[in-house]
Amino acid sequence: MTAPDTNSSLPEATGHIPEVEQSSQWKLMWWAFRRHRVAVLGGVIVLTLYFVAAFAEFLAPFAPQSTSSQNVYHPPQMPRLFYDTAEDGSGFGLHVRAFTRERDPFTLQTTYVPNPDRVIFISFFAKGTPYRLWGLIPMERRLFTATNPEDRFYLFGADRLGRDMYSRVIFGTRVSMTIGLVGVALSLILGVTLGGISGYLGGVTDAVIQRFVELVLALPTIPIWLGLSAALPQDWSPLTRYFAITAILSLVGWTELARVVRGRFLALRSEDFVIAARLDGATRRRVILRHMAPSMASHIIASVTLAIPLMIIAETSLSFLGLGLQPPMVSWGVLLREAQNVQSISQAPWLFIPGAAVVVAVLALNFLGDGIRDAADPYSEVQTS
Amino acid sequence: MTKPVLEIQNLVTEFPTRNGIFRAVDDVSLTVEAGRTLCVVGESGSGKSVTARSVLQIVDNPGRIAQGKILLHRHHTARRQGNEDDIVDLAALPPRGPEIRAIRGRDVAMIFQEPMSALSPVHTIGNQIVEAIRLHETISKKDAMDRAVELLRQVEIPTPEKAVKRYTFEYSGGMRQRAMIAMAIACNPSVLIADEPTTALDVTIQAEIIDLLRRLQQETGMAMMFITHDMGVVAEIADEVAVMYRGKVVERGAPLPIFETPKEAYTQRLLGAVKQLDEPSPRRLAMRAASPPGATALKVEGLAKHFYLSAGALGLRKETFVAVDSASLELREGENLGIVGESGSGKTTLGRCIQGVHETTRGAIRFTGRNGQTTDLAKLKEHELRAAWREIRMVFQDPFSSLNPRMTVGQIIGEPLLLLRTHSKQGLRKRVNELLDVVGLPQSAYDRYPHAFSGGQRQRIGIARAIAPEPRVIIADEATSALDVSLRIQILDLLLDLQERMGLSFLFISHDIAVIRYFCDRIAVMHRGKIVETGDTEAVCSNPAHPYTRSLLSAVPVPDPRQRGKQVRIRYRADTESAA
Repeated sequence: MTAPDTNSSLPEATGHIPEVEQSSQWKLMWWAFRRHRVAVLGGVIVLTLYFVAAFAEFLAPFAPQSTSSQNVYHPPQMPRLFYDTAEDGSGFGLHVRAFTRERDPFTLQTTYVPNPDRVIFISFFAKGTPYRLWGLIPMERRLFTATNPEDRFYLFGADRLGRDMYSRVIFGTRVSMTIGLVGVALSLILGVTLGGISGYLGGVTDAVIQRFVELVLALPTIPIWLGLSAALPQDWSPLTRYFAITAILSLVGWTELARVVRGRFLALRSEDFVIAARLDGATRRRVILRHMAPSMASHIIASVTLAIPLMIIAETSLSFLGLGLQPPMVSWGVLLREAQNVQSISQAPWLFIPGAAVVVAVLALNFLGDGIRDAADPYSEVQTS
Repeated sequence: MTKPVLEIQNLVTEFPTRNGIFRAVDDVSLTVEAGRTLCVVGESGSGKSVTARSVLQIVDNPGRIAQGKILLHRHHTARRQGNEDDIVDLAALPPRGPEIRAIRGRDVAMIFQEPMSALSPVHTIGNQIVEAIRLHETISKKDAMDRAVELLRQVEIPTPEKAVKRYTFEYSGGMRQRAMIAMAIACNPSVLIADEPTTALDVTIQAEIIDLLRRLQQETGMAMMFITHDMGVVAEIADEVAVMYRGKVVERGAPLPIFETPKEAYTQRLLGAVKQLDEPSPRRLAMRAASPPGATALKVEGLAKHFYLSAGALGLRKETFVAVDSASLELREGENLGIVGESGSGKTTLGRCIQGVHETTRGAIRFTGRNGQTTDLAKLKEHELRAAWREIRMVFQDPFSSLNPRMTVGQIIGEPLLLLRTHSKQGLRKRVNELLDVVGLPQSAYDRYPHAFSGGQRQRIGIARAIAPEPRVIIADEATSALDVSLRIQILDLLLDLQERMGLSFLFISHDIAVIRYFCDRIAVMHRGKIVETGDTEAVCSNPAHPYTRSLLSAVPVPDPRQRGKQVRIRYRADTESAA
């Protein structure tokens, strides 16, 4: 605004035009977003989590369901590089120390003590148990696994059936992270449609939809979720159950989006440039799709990013209470069910690691969403600088 | 005998930005004397507001004072508080420290442009004034409240005993500014900084506020630093003038020499634009002499617009607000008709009704199209209006919100043509480039986004969009109000240029008489939804018939210091504005 209005301040037609002057909203948003360090970090973590979710089978060293009665509540092992042992000699290579199981003769309690004589080697891209990537592509190699297929190691410890928690958390990522995405996609469809109709038509339709939204918001969510999940037939397959749960979660989630969309719609409708588009002779459809939608898109993306963590938490809570997903499906909430009793706190505190995963994912998504929200309207700043 | 109360010496205020440090105030030295008014004048972005805010160290983040001194001489004030050597350097005080806070409001007070945002909406006016007093003086609440009532009486607020108990929203714009002033003078400050205090107000109220400030200054002997962009206001109240341009003071001196023999090129340019605007455009007069206005293009008869405020339960009880109450106009081909009025007079609503953005409640809008057929636009539905919208186009007031920030300039200007489907893809690009030429923008603007352009350039883009489908009538709603004076002339000349080339007629809506006088052949004065007077611009301006027009014209400040005090102000009060 401070630039003086002389035409000479514009570069000539042939001259160099600063990039910012030809940048679309997405580019400006990206620049604004990039200045938000924490949000960028959040974005990187979120991308990593979705990468993990996509390639869970390859990234996990063992199958999530493979049990080992020898290694019940096996403690976590640290990966190390240098070794010097009686059995395996000394040298350099990625490995973990082996543990030996001992039973206290009086209390009969099982304890694991490090075995100084033996190490378990880990190799990258080694052959492990065969699996099918995405249930389709038959594969054997994993990112890393025990060099000797007989051996097992536990980076995050083992649960009461001796299953590797590390592999289980990785598989849990897939379900927990995607349930957020699928749930939000459902809410998005409901929210944008109903919010759009509400803002566009106004009048009685608007009033009816808004009162309905308020009604849904007034319902206490936890009892509703509990009731609906309890009503799901027990004989449904885990996959059907998964989709039923997402549907239940998004039943509540869409209301917030519907309000955001309606609010933006009403705010935009009276903007001068929207009136100008009408006067240019644009049909209502074109006014909405060509002139209004692009200004709403960025705000919708921000709201969506902030809605995903709520879904993740909701799923975790439901599964933790035993009303969400059921084993053998693995999600962070399902894993946390193992940590429900006092015994696990005293004996195997590593069972809480899936909780840490939930915290990291939710924080990362919130930071990312905050960053996108702040960058969503890049023009407010361009004007004043 | 000079008694400087506030001395600004070589002040530099900087804003760190992504592209390096921006010096908003660059080596500015000013002196404000007791009982006198220093006017700081300049266009937007000249750094005049930042200078004022630097004095109280309330510059917006991340701005900071980099160099210079701001000396407050307490002993030079009218009340002679403090010793001979009691000089405080405000620039050296920490911005959040107790020392500067003790000075803000007590020694140096400030009033702002927008009183609505400067006053708290949740406290009564009385309590806010009491708060201001008790921050600096230890007196009981009751005494402070008595003082508040006295202050409101001083700023001429009717029935101050009742007014102290009211909230901000119950006050009108002018009353709010009076309350702001009452708060500012509550502790008898030595210096009053007024940052565009009248810009957001109508001219009649502006004149009253200026009278008030002048009277208060005479009574208390405070020094005043008055920031404005309006040369008329400067001529009215300045004892000394400082002209700012791009962060520097380019010229300083008494008002007479500055107005009559400006030395600097920038001051000459600025005053030249102001003086030009005070007279009818010679260009327009020449054009009219060559080709007088033709047949009627647009005729508005008894147009009324009511807004329904609340439908009540079940829509039974309806409260209506009459924005336009029976307006009749006639616009001829090749003619400029000005609609002038203060805020809330219904002029914008009238423009939008004629355009068809709002549905009209009553009346007829007879538009004669290019094909010679006359249709009543008031009866048409939106999709039937599209043909008329091709010939009646609109230029908006705000050059920022009227251009879609997410479309390139080429797309914005090309949109009406694209929808008419008259051009091929290459044809469209060629035509848009032609239009850019016509409005004086380079063709490289085509692929750029609106944020690359300044206010005046954006307004040119808006004009290019308006003329794209070769219209016959353009409704310009405050098209120049958001622009600086020198830009206003440029834009108005551009519009005249287009008129000559394309045979346009303009319906020009404005609150600014000077602009109307320069641009319009005929004028319609609106007041409270009614058109009170119509006639040739010069005839109405020199010999107004209606009392409202007379009061409006008498309130307009004349940019000539010699005229100061000679004009007799006429107040027009038809049941208005009285008790809060």
